[in-house]
Amino acid sequence: MTLTHLERLEAEAIDIMREVVAVAENPVMLYSIGKDSSVMLRLAEKAFWPAPPPFPFLHVDTTWKFQDMYAFRKRMAEEHGLDLLVHVNEEGVARGINPFDSGSVVHTDVMKTEALKQALDKYGFDAAFGGARRDEEKSRAKERIFSFRTAQHRWDPKNQRPELWRLYNARHRRGESIRVFPLSNWTELDVWLYIHREEIPIVPLYFAAERPVVDRDGTWIMVDDDRMPLEPGEEPQLKRVRFRTLGCYPLSGAIESEADTLPRIIQEMLLARTSERQGRVIDYDEAASMEKKKVEGYF
Amino acid sequence: MSSELIERDIDAYLAAHERKSLLRFITCGSVDDGKSTLIGRLLYESQMLFEDQVAALEADSKRLGTQGEELDFALLLDGLAAEREQGITIDVAYRFFSTDTRKYIVADTPGHEQYTRNMVTGASTADCALILLDARKGVLTQTRRHSYLVWLLGIRHVAVAVNKMDLVEFSEERFREIERQYGDFAKQLGLADFTLIPVSALRGDNVVERSGAMPWYGGPTLMEYLESVEIDQERMQDAPFRLPVQWVNRPSSDFRGFAGTVAGGQVAPGDRVVVLPAGRETTVGRVVAFEGDLDRGVAGQAVTLTLADEIDVSRGDVIAAADAPAPVSQQFEATVVWMAEEPLLRGRTYLMRVGTQTVPATVAPIRYKLDVDTLDQIAATQLDLNEIGVVQVELGQPVAFDPYVENRDTGGFILIDRITNHTVGAGLLGRALMRSENVRLQELEVDREARAGLKAQRPFVIWLTGLPGAGKSSVANALESRLFADGRHTVLLDGANLRRGLSKDLSFTDADRAENNRRAGEVARLMTDAGLIVIAAFVSPFRADRETARSLFDEGEFVEVFVDLPAELAVQRDTTGLYAKAQTGGVINLTGVDSTYEPPEEPDLRLDMTELDIEAAADRVLALLHERNLLS
Repeated sequence: MTLTHLERLEAEAIDIMREVVAVAENPVMLYSIGKDSSVMLRLAEKAFWPAPPPFPFLHVDTTWKFQDMYAFRKRMAEEHGLDLLVHVNEEGVARGINPFDSGSVVHTDVMKTEALKQALDKYGFDAAFGGARRDEEKSRAKERIFSFRTAQHRWDPKNQRPELWRLYNARHRRGESIRVFPLSNWTELDVWLYIHREEIPIVPLYFAAERPVVDRDGTWIMVDDDRMPLEPGEEPQLKRVRFRTLGCYPLSGAIESEADTLPRIIQEMLLARTSERQGRVIDYDEAASMEKKKVEGYF
Repeated sequence: MSSELIERDIDAYLAAHERKSLLRFITCGSVDDGKSTLIGRLLYESQMLFEDQVAALEADSKRLGTQGEELDFALLLDGLAAEREQGITIDVAYRFFSTDTRKYIVADTPGHEQYTRNMVTGASTADCALILLDARKGVLTQTRRHSYLVWLLGIRHVAVAVNKMDLVEFSEERFREIERQYGDFAKQLGLADFTLIPVSALRGDNVVERSGAMPWYGGPTLMEYLESVEIDQERMQDAPFRLPVQWVNRPSSDFRGFAGTVAGGQVAPGDRVVVLPAGRETTVGRVVAFEGDLDRGVAGQAVTLTLADEIDVSRGDVIAAADAPAPVSQQFEATVVWMAEEPLLRGRTYLMRVGTQTVPATVAPIRYKLDVDTLDQIAATQLDLNEIGVVQVELGQPVAFDPYVENRDTGGFILIDRITNHTVGAGLLGRALMRSENVRLQELEVDREARAGLKAQRPFVIWLTGLPGAGKSSVANALESRLFADGRHTVLLDGANLRRGLSKDLSFTDADRAENNRRAGEVARLMTDAGLIVIAAFVSPFRADRETARSLFDEGEFVEVFVDLPAELAVQRDTTGLYAKAQTGGVINLTGVDSTYEPPEEPDLRLDMTELDIEAAADRVLALLHERNLLS
């Protein structure tokens, strides 16, 4: 019996999740509401079945997510009985940090990176699952599945461990933590194929629909609420669009699309052939910035 | 990838792609062999690149490329140099591409520094290896090294891409020559399944498309090879069932499941299994899954089992087929690849992760280390970064395992530093060691050098061999008196005396003579450990036994002296009276009478006792010792 590539990727992810639960004192799964998080949630349910996932889910909320995402988060928490923690960097909110005035770099740094560190410290998590994949960017190709962080959450490039066979070494000292990436060996296509095979629910924003958008430097940005600053006299246009990645709505570019079913999304992705990260405004701000962000603690 | 099908019938495409298998392979070779170009081309030709990546490649090729107007595929994989400058540890980069039938995970390891550590890491999860060589250069030391590591890590299928065929005019003769060279080496290594493929990564010949320039080649293209090579996980389904228990699932008092990834074979409800190392037998109840219970679980699947009986099972245990249980042991012979700056030291305790178990592990003697280029075995007392050695390991408790050659998941291990928690080594379990040969060597605080130092002398052995009555004991006595007078700390081991005590249980059969000789050697060894100069006077009739004694000592520490008196003269002189007794049948097995004596072929010194008296003989020995600076 030949296991399919999806079955083997699934088995690998489950193995990694079980391993962390067996050795970590206080693990958490980061939950970003996006499609990768949906896949991670399904894998966690499978890994520990019939027990519920034996860890809480943490959403680091920048307060700038799409309304559809908040609705989806609520639905998932209810349907799956998730122990869902939501953390907002209140200090950042008080300082008035936002993607428009502060810029995407500062906004992401304060509301995402700093907020994540705050939450990990607050709850004392020593292991956090993330949905990052090696295919997302050239510099991630050599990223380990288990990534070690100092007590200050810094990624120490010289302190990463070789990973052989399925023998992960998750040992760490008190105060140190690990970030764990069960989807390391998945590609964007694998994620979509798995969602299709498993019929995993995802946020409707991934499907094409008429949405109000404005043009910002050649990128369609959706006017998701009244915080979006419009030029004098500017009217949002209704366009049939969808999103390939979801984040803060002012930082997520929409693409014009007719794909309103899962097969059509995958079809469009395969034919369009531009990489997923293109829609992420954050990547454009600083060239080769992932490495730097990682050192600072960005997931 | 069939873009036509994507457009026409996406559902059919999805159905096909959800049934793809997965192959993991490692690429070995340096940038100079065109490795980056080859991987880049595989990614490009399997259309795994997005348009923005291709656009970036086109721009980079114009700006930085080395291929003129052509695309420089090597640029797709760059970044490693920059990372090295930043001091980031690069071990293995993983790349992905896909065809209609398989998804591929490529473990790409930088060629030069750290190659052993990196290659071993990448190879540990690979089903097959792709070794690159330059057609102009043929099989180099590097090729041998890569092949050896691939073989060591248990990869059964090897493709050798003979690259840059365009630079040797696509010569069949050249290719066949390399094929012969490599075949000889593979045979020596014991590598059975290997395929040489002539390619030009730069032009694309025999990578995906068959080359028109090499009509003489009838074998598979590289892609055809990858599409058809055996996947390890399928083979492992035929192995005996093994489930290292990773996590015990206990959501309520009425459910207890044992979760883990099947490391070998298959399991179904009703199967008889044994829980190791404890050895309790039971029956499998259910194979529990989120989708509903399964008929069976197979190697490579992450499963949860329930068992019919309430027996104690915890993480680290192995659930195995009752009729083919895994062996259990606490002492092993193992091959270790060292991965840390701080060397592996014998006698130090690490943590060993094997299966799902983590146990203290102490490295007893390092038998030897390997020269990866020549496969020579070299004596060693430590292993440095990137060195490979064969060692004995003793664990703090027994574990269930399989030899690595039989099961990579239950036979591979990592070593973890107990202080830093770093992974410092990786290893392959060999056979279990059960016998007394593996009573672990006790490390001593004060060593032989220290003891000898206190006595201001160099310990060594003078081993006097010869027929009974040749004069060994007399020479030994004279020699010891001289050394003693000179202020040396000595001990005299005399065969006759040893036989009255330590060896009084032994007769004079050949086997017992050998055993007596072994004991004499070991005692001499202990005495030199004590810092003493040992004078040993033993008939020691067999060459092999004397060589055994010699092997206990470092070079130059064992001085063999042949006290040579022909048998007739020994009988005639008969200083011990034994020969007389032998004549009357009072002694049997007397060397020189009815038991053989093998004279040394190349003794350190031969004393001709037909000419020398005892004092002169002792003088000769002393002269030799001075000559060799053993008394300085």
